[in-house]
Amino acid sequence: MSDLSIFDLNPAAGAKPESPLAMTRVTVATVASAAKAGVVVREHAFLGHLILRGRASDPAFCAGVEQALGLPLPLKMGPLSRDEARGVSVQWMSPDEWLVIVPAGSEFATEKRLREALSGHYAVMNVSGGQTVLELSGPAVRDVLMKCTPYDVHPGHFPVGKAVSSVFAKSTAIIRRVAEDRWELVIRRSFADYLFRWVLDASEEFGVHVVQ
Amino acid sequence: MLHIYCPYCEEYREEEEFRPKGEAHIARPAEPEATSDEAWGDYLFFRKNPRGLHHEQWYHAAGCRKFFNATRDTVSYQILETYKAGQQPTVTAAASGKKVAK
Repeated sequence: MSDLSIFDLNPAAGAKPESPLAMTRVTVATVASAAKAGVVVREHAFLGHLILRGRASDPAFCAGVEQALGLPLPLKMGPLSRDEARGVSVQWMSPDEWLVIVPAGSEFATEKRLREALSGHYAVMNVSGGQTVLELSGPAVRDVLMKCTPYDVHPGHFPVGKAVSSVFAKSTAIIRRVAEDRWELVIRRSFADYLFRWVLDASEEFGVHVVQ
Repeated sequence: MLHIYCPYCEEYREEEEFRPKGEAHIARPAEPEATSDEAWGDYLFFRKNPRGLHHEQWYHAAGCRKFFNATRDTVSYQILETYKAGQQPTVTAAASGKKVAK
């Protein structure tokens, strides 16, 4: 535990949080039922996003992260460490950087647990306000992704559990395949409105349903 | 489109994800105060522009956001190898026997 003073970025009760998509209007024709839609778009707002940095070559660092999060630290690009039931995931972002996503409201507790478990050369940053998660599900999601990113999303190249950061709609996004027909996009706050509307526009031809 | 192998992501990625960042292996003079103006100017501003093999830096802007080096043939655009920052190239003009115009 270092001497850094840390504080909870979530304001105390009374302040109404607004997702990056709070002001975004749906301007495409949508399908009324999710069952009939080719793509179902849903935002997972207000999740806790933490950027963790440290030395992957340091066994104490890896063990500390595993102890604090209950998930192994992925040491190479691709496989996502994820516990669906607890809503916790750890993604390799670069050789010394990981993205930890935890349920809404638990980011400060997670940060404290990480700081208790780690020592030496590391950093934990709460970036929850800076990005949001879009979940795309349905049979046509892969067709939509093929319109949006140059990354190969063929099942042979993009199996369930893989997570990559790539070009997406002339911007960037983190693309994660969490189930056979379910994908997540982690997008930046400043691009959220643009990317959300891009995804809707790209999905319109397959029938899109937006979960409000 | 080039497919570029990122040595950190350990995967081929589209050229769109990368940014070229100029010549690689430029060592900063150890003692800038003791360096002549000419040598400092060379260090800051002058770059090779070879016809043939060129060692250059690339930046994986949309992926892992790490700098790495690539050996590229400036005539054919073929990337012969990519390697991590701090490593030395294995494909060089001397090793391949190719003549590199200075």
